[in-house]
Amino acid sequence: MADTAQPAAVALENATVAFRVAGDRVYTAVEKANLSVAHGEFVAIVGPTGCGKSTLLNVAAGLLRPASGSVKIFDQPLTGLNRDAGYLFQADALFPWKTALDNVAIGLEIKGAPREQALQRAQGWLTSVGLGAFANRYPHMLSGGQRKRVGLAQVLIRDPKILLMDEPFGPLDAQTRQIMGNLLLELWNADRKAVLFVTHDLEEAIALADRVVIMSAGPSARIIGDWRVPLPRPRDISEIRMEKDFHALHREIWSLLKDEVMKGYAQSSLSAEAV
Amino acid sequence: MSRPMLLLSQLLVAIVALALWQFLTSVPVFGRILLPPFFFSNPVDVAGQIVKWFSSGVIWKHLIITLWESILAFVIGSLAGVLVGFWFARQPRVAAVFDPYVKMVNALPRVVLAPIFTLWLGLGIWSKVALGVTLVFFIVFFNVYQGVKEVSNTVLDNGRMLGMNERQLMRHVYWPSALSWMFSSLHTSVGFAVVGAVVGEYLGSAAGLGYLIQQAEGVFDVAGVFAGMFVLSAFVILIDMGVTLVERRLLVWRPTAAEGRG
Repeated sequence: MADTAQPAAVALENATVAFRVAGDRVYTAVEKANLSVAHGEFVAIVGPTGCGKSTLLNVAAGLLRPASGSVKIFDQPLTGLNRDAGYLFQADALFPWKTALDNVAIGLEIKGAPREQALQRAQGWLTSVGLGAFANRYPHMLSGGQRKRVGLAQVLIRDPKILLMDEPFGPLDAQTRQIMGNLLLELWNADRKAVLFVTHDLEEAIALADRVVIMSAGPSARIIGDWRVPLPRPRDISEIRMEKDFHALHREIWSLLKDEVMKGYAQSSLSAEAV
Repeated sequence: MSRPMLLLSQLLVAIVALALWQFLTSVPVFGRILLPPFFFSNPVDVAGQIVKWFSSGVIWKHLIITLWESILAFVIGSLAGVLVGFWFARQPRVAAVFDPYVKMVNALPRVVLAPIFTLWLGLGIWSKVALGVTLVFFIVFFNVYQGVKEVSNTVLDNGRMLGMNERQLMRHVYWPSALSWMFSSLHTSVGFAVVGAVVGEYLGSAAGLGYLIQQAEGVFDVAGVFAGMFVLSAFVILIDMGVTLVERRLLVWRPTAAEGRG
């Protein structure tokens, strides 16, 4: 599935991320993370809340610099922003003052594409995410799921080689999440990009990804597990959950993840008491 | 309440108020008139004065002067406010240096500047424009400053990840955000432009609505004062309606309170 002959799309080596908090204290979010995403590979990162999953994604995007260790994108050390990556944010990131169509077209326009052509292609992308009829709506007139679709089109129209997704379907309801998951797989199947997908939902991770990476509870979160998902593609998210292999893998990973989730809860309640 | 019903009720309030005013200034209650006409005039005289102004055409000159002063004050004050607001928001060091002075000038009641402006700029329209500018500037400045500062980090990061450079971020992210804040204060800033113009005229001028009111007051012509006030209110309401139209056009992308779906 994944093309290993080519250099890894994303390669983190011993990446440690630390933030300076309140004076001289340093909070280490992620410690010595080693992670590589091959060309065309779909990797999901799962971990308890506040373990630094998003931090890792921001490092791959170039929005954060690791304190030590290296980040390589297609074998090139990353300096500045990752120009090969498209980033789908957890929070609403659409430009509220632009229509759905303009929001999607902007990625081409800033590259200097003629407006007519940009709008035409944007309309095409809106249609492929099922929002062809909503081109002239502003983000506040769309539902949460529809906004995510626009976001997906906004990112994909630039045809990035790497797709970074930060709990993109987190705020959506269960049904919408499944629909969005299937949409994502369908679009991804068309031209397999390298995907780094952060989620707290293990089921979602197994259903979508080729590989599931587990992180420990923070602070100083580490990568503690790495599983291949041997399920065949193309997959249907809602049906794959019924399969035996799915259950076996889920049980196996969950036995590891469970302890971390508990630790994560303990951590967050401790720090809440400290404050 | 249905719309005709609402209009009828609103009209009724005006009629009752005017009737009460007319009654108390002309009919003795328990042997004496409660509102002496010398101090309170009466609706008929006030209406007469307004009609006289319009039929003789005197009023137009004053209205146009006041309108011009308001427009100039608004445009100049807004431009300066947008520029300085942007500059301060993008250069926190500059903002920090000027911060106490901005607060100081803003805390000053602007009316006390009127005599200075009259000395500097004379009795013509520019002293009134200057007064209006000092009022409009701070409203626009604070709003634009806030607008640029409060751009959501996620939206900014999204812009950067989509490949925007600083100039494109300015155009597609900072600028629309700042403008939306400025437009949301449009009613206030336009209102203050008119206040600046009228107060300036009142304190010393040769034309304008403020001048008209001040002149009437000088000869104890209470009907004239009230007439001036009514014309001024109508003038402000008309401008405000214009602003509402502009606002609807410019802020279509914003959810209104009524349809604030999440």
